Amino acid sequence: MNAVYIARSKSVAARVLDGEMMIMSARDSTLFTLNAVGTTIWQAADGQTPLAEIVRDKVCPEFEVAPDEALRDAESFVRALVEHGILRVSDAPIAT
Amino acid sequence: MRSPAITDELVIDIGKMPIAVRTDNDEFAAILEARYCGFINPAATPLFAFDIELVPPGKIADTDDVEVGFERGCWLIERGDLRAEFDPIARRGRIMHSANPYSIDTALRILHSLVLARQGGMLVHAASAVRNGKAFLFAGVSEAGKTTISRLAPPDVALLTDEISYVRRNGHSYIAHGTPFAGELAKIGEKIEAPLAAIYLLHKGQENSIEPVGQTDAVLLLLQNVLFFAHDPELVGMVFESACAVARQVSVARLTFFPDARVWELIG
Repeated sequence: MNAVYIARSKSVAARVLDGEMMIMSARDSTLFTLNAVGTTIWQAADGQTPLAEIVRDKVCPEFEVAPDEALRDAESFVRALVEHGILRVSDAPIAT
Repeated sequence: MRSPAITDELVIDIGKMPIAVRTDNDEFAAILEARYCGFINPAATPLFAFDIELVPPGKIADTDDVEVGFERGCWLIERGDLRAEFDPIARRGRIMHSANPYSIDTALRILHSLVLARQGGMLVHAASAVRNGKAFLFAGVSEAGKTTISRLAPPDVALLTDEISYVRRNGHSYIAHGTPFAGELAKIGEKIEAPLAAIYLLHKGQENSIEPVGQTDAVLLLLQNVLFFAHDPELVGMVFESACAVARQVSVARLTFFPDARVWELIG
């Protein structure tokens, strides 16, 4: 399977508050609050690190979750954020 | 748009941001003078100037919602009843609408929100008032109780607004200013200012209580009530950062209140 790369959209403002990532979309001013796992993925979304690597190196050790399950959840999470336009996804590294 | 022959200039001074509005129509100038009574300040040096072009009543723009965009160095504000353009560098602009005081009110609110965003301030859909030298904001959507709590204010409370609150950053603190932007109370606020001591998110209930909210909820609830129309990523980011900063610096709480005067025993 091809690697999937993710990068934070440039049209958002984001900040960690009380341990949660809060994101505001510039497109429609919608607000999103990410849980701890989502925050970890968001912070690692540098466009250069494959999603599988983020899950393996950041999510699994920190949240003690099985790799397959964690990757499935991460892919679903990424799809949702891409649909809202706050995350970009590609099968090649993304320039940020 | 052609410049009208300007005969009247009024300086509307809200939140320490005097704006000159110019019209060639004496009758409309008198309407504005009455509408912004208390906020007209001929001695102030205007930071921005707008020429008003009055047109016959009717649809000016295709959109019924407010649309704000930035094109060729100018902010464009459009709604069915108005069209405004504003050059932020030259600090000049033009507003086209019919001879009513409501269209220009919208343009002024949007202009203030755009300028405040760059200065760490904001307009909030909230009533606000000063008591014992401190300002309190009461935020909420329609029917949340902004007008009710304003109407219940005891005599020692000075009303800043019952509809749109004006928050300006002052170093690491925030100042609330009075505004002429009135809601159902149809009474313009006093032109005074005071340090912002607390923001209350209004809910009507069977008893009076104040419940602090965490920082995340404070930002979420505050942003739900911030007036902001532009989709410019830089400005949206600034508004977001400002809301985070306000939530850090100012106490934010849920105020559940039974609509009688006792609620004011909790304030101040």
